Amino acid sequence: MSKIHVETTINGEAMEFLANPGESLLDALRNTLNLTGTKEGCGSGDCGACTVIIDGRMTCSCLVLAVEAGGHEITTIEGIAQGDTLHPIQRKFLENAALQCGFCTPGFIVATKALLDKNPDPTETEIRFWLAGNLCRCTGYDKIVRAVQDAAAEMRGG
Amino acid sequence: MTFIGNKSDLRVVGTRPVRPDGVDKVTGRAVYGADATMPGQIIGKVLRSPHPHAKIISIDTSKAEKLPGVKGVITSADIPNIPSEEAFVGEGPMNFRDLSLNCMARDKVLYEGHVVAAVAAINDAVADAALKLIDVKYEILPHVIDVEEAMAPGAPILHDNLFTAGVTPKPTTASNVAKQVRFTIGDVEAGFAQADVIVEQTYTTAPVHQAYIEPHACVAAIAADGQVLITASSQGHFMIRAYTAKLLGIEIANIRVTNAEIGGGFGGKTVVYLEPLAVALSKKSGRPVKMTMTREDVFRGTGPTSGGTIWVKVGATKDGKITAAQTVIKLQAGAFPGSPINPALMCAFAMYDLANVDTLGYDVVSNRPKVAAYRAPGAPISSFAAESAIDDLARKLGMDPIDLRLKNAAKQGSKTVYGVTHGVIGYEEVLNAAKAHPHWTAPLGKNQGRGVATGFWFNIGGESTGGVFINEDGTASVVTGSPDIGGSRASMAMMAAEVLGIPYEKVRAVIPDTASIGFTHVTGGSRVTYATGMAVTQAAQAVVEDLKKRAAMIWDISPEAVEWKDGEAVPAGANAGGFDPLPLAAIALKAAKTGGPIGSEISVNAQGAGPGFGAHICDIEVDPETGHSTILRYTAVQDVGRAIHPSYVEGQIQGGAVQGIGWALNEEYIYNKKGHMDNAGFLDYRIPVASDLPMIEAVLVEVPNTRHPFGVRGVGEVPIVPPMAAVRNAIRGAIDLEMFHLPMSPPRIRAAVDAAKAPKAAE
Repeated sequence: MSKIHVETTINGEAMEFLANPGESLLDALRNTLNLTGTKEGCGSGDCGACTVIIDGRMTCSCLVLAVEAGGHEITTIEGIAQGDTLHPIQRKFLENAALQCGFCTPGFIVATKALLDKNPDPTETEIRFWLAGNLCRCTGYDKIVRAVQDAAAEMRGG
Repeated sequence: MTFIGNKSDLRVVGTRPVRPDGVDKVTGRAVYGADATMPGQIIGKVLRSPHPHAKIISIDTSKAEKLPGVKGVITSADIPNIPSEEAFVGEGPMNFRDLSLNCMARDKVLYEGHVVAAVAAINDAVADAALKLIDVKYEILPHVIDVEEAMAPGAPILHDNLFTAGVTPKPTTASNVAKQVRFTIGDVEAGFAQADVIVEQTYTTAPVHQAYIEPHACVAAIAADGQVLITASSQGHFMIRAYTAKLLGIEIANIRVTNAEIGGGFGGKTVVYLEPLAVALSKKSGRPVKMTMTREDVFRGTGPTSGGTIWVKVGATKDGKITAAQTVIKLQAGAFPGSPINPALMCAFAMYDLANVDTLGYDVVSNRPKVAAYRAPGAPISSFAAESAIDDLARKLGMDPIDLRLKNAAKQGSKTVYGVTHGVIGYEEVLNAAKAHPHWTAPLGKNQGRGVATGFWFNIGGESTGGVFINEDGTASVVTGSPDIGGSRASMAMMAAEVLGIPYEKVRAVIPDTASIGFTHVTGGSRVTYATGMAVTQAAQAVVEDLKKRAAMIWDISPEAVEWKDGEAVPAGANAGGFDPLPLAAIALKAAKTGGPIGSEISVNAQGAGPGFGAHICDIEVDPETGHSTILRYTAVQDVGRAIHPSYVEGQIQGGAVQGIGWALNEEYIYNKKGHMDNAGFLDYRIPVASDLPMIEAVLVEVPNTRHPFGVRGVGEVPIVPPMAAVRNAIRGAIDLEMFHLPMSPPRIRAAVDAAKAPKAAE
């Protein structure tokens, strides 16, 4: 089976790559484009470690075919910081110790970006339900929720 | 070792700096197991048994080998057939032969998911196709999943050569009971005779998985000269080296393991599954081989912890003095012996100062994946039963459950059932902090209840290596052999910075490969901040002594006349001379002229890890219509000795508590009649998500461990011990129902509500 040529925009840059028809966007990001910050925890859309933003929508990249990315704008964890300046969400995750092993962290940060782009002042309940598709086994979510609250407050203030 | 005393004197320890590996982890740069690559690597995959119990009649790999793109196929014929040998390398006793057979089945498969063959191919698709071409002929055998059924006469026997250890005379027929073990002090019969009130009940718990979000992954290569390189995600790269060497008959010096960042472990990554197979496939194919598990592989093929059956009996006098406590525990080991039965027995009543205790346990094999360590292995299981029974006892006595515990609390000098006498411990302090917390007396509404439960874990020390090296510009590098699973690089750098008297930002901590630092035991047993921290502290202290000598040399005075203060050498007094202080950076600059590079690497076998105790308070609301439980408020109090980085200590407590909440309410391995796991995915094996939970308040009590330079006690495991009973006791308070089986899922609670409503049958 021959590969399909895909043209897309990833983290603001025009990209092109070849993908097998059945290949997931997650596999293309990790294996073809070497963007390994997006993680695979389950491959079935249950854990959120592979979360990316496609045209403003939070999406599990393991549930999207790589060829479906054609013509869309994709943001991955590698596109959240501006050069060597961390995004406030990233900084607040660090300051709040909102990560232990850090494996789920890229997914949480990307999901949080999608949330705060849409809702700059979420309640704790809104944060918890928005992030309910992202599994973390280390933290018990407490410090993650606080980091999101802190980041939201700073971003509103700024 | 001098104790680095008052908290008020500490500048770095007790603060909350950003971890050294933090930026990499929030930007996606950190390299985890599945992110690592080697040039020219190909893909390795395993074939798993579809049957829970079967003889392997034959394996024909010829078709798979002929498929274009396949570079190698292995079966047990390619793995050395090693003899039985007990070892202690991971987080519990391990038999190397069992480990080998668990990585690759030889004559029999013992659980659904047991590996029977592996392939290496140029890509995923070819590897998948090759697996389908391997023809395995099985003779299906009857299987047994449940622990009680596995112990029953006539049960299918997993191992013809397994005879129950710990019974006399030695049995002559094979059994699924691998071991019987007993710890006892005093005379429980006499103790129960003194009791005014006795509670007695049987509880069950389900096997639960550690459910780290990162599936196991590694990449490995063996060269023509036999030298092996492995990069893997694990709780111990020295463990991977040791096991791979043993299982494949390779000399340890020929294996170098680099630890990738680890995406969670909780005990589950203290054993090998893939690494020996990847090396064997590399040998066969001549290429580096990368192997990554799917989530389904993780559930079906790696170790959960045991489920069990726990009978408990506790008696007390009217005034609440416990006169006797007894338990009988049967734990599932999975397909090979090795459940955490010993710690389950030891921990059940370790919180109490009791004269009469009897604990009897059974380690039982059945057709499930071999269990692996999971956070305080065994203790959560026995404590669920014991702390539920203590709660029932308090109700019968009409006593506050914290007061009952205070009346019987273990303290310095209390003797445990396993023979150790407690040293300086903080159980009473923890109970008093829980009692004084506003949570304990806050009002509750309808269908809401409050439960409390407590827990104990030994914590361990053991072998660790830590190094501190002063760089030419006066910054410092810290190296340790402990994979950092939750922020330990930060605490290592903090302890070194404290001793050196320089800012935390001037110290960088890294974890080199197994050829570049001395042996270090796994990251497990809550040992890293304690034992590896001790090595780092001692190395930093040795560096300070050296720095003082260098200053003395520069000043041409005696080393005894130099003191180290706030990162500078200063004359010890007026008699020492009127020299200006020499900062560390100034001494570093002159290292070449004062004896060469400045640094120290210390290896320790740390003893005296201080045990930890916790008390958890849980408020819950139960909907009797749906059986759904909502955690309303949760407070976890724990003696942490001394918190080096309080945020990461709190994180351990919050995370452990939530894992326990999942264990209490939702998580379980569900088997169908064919012996297949029905819920091998995160959709159906449901771990807690953010919307299930409130904030988890962690309260740090600090009763310093006198055996550690900063007073550290391990903190990672205690917090998973109390939650199941705390949740259970809260549910009892909410709807006045006694629950005896985990998980206390909505269908279970619904059934209990219905049973309570139904008219009682004549007994």
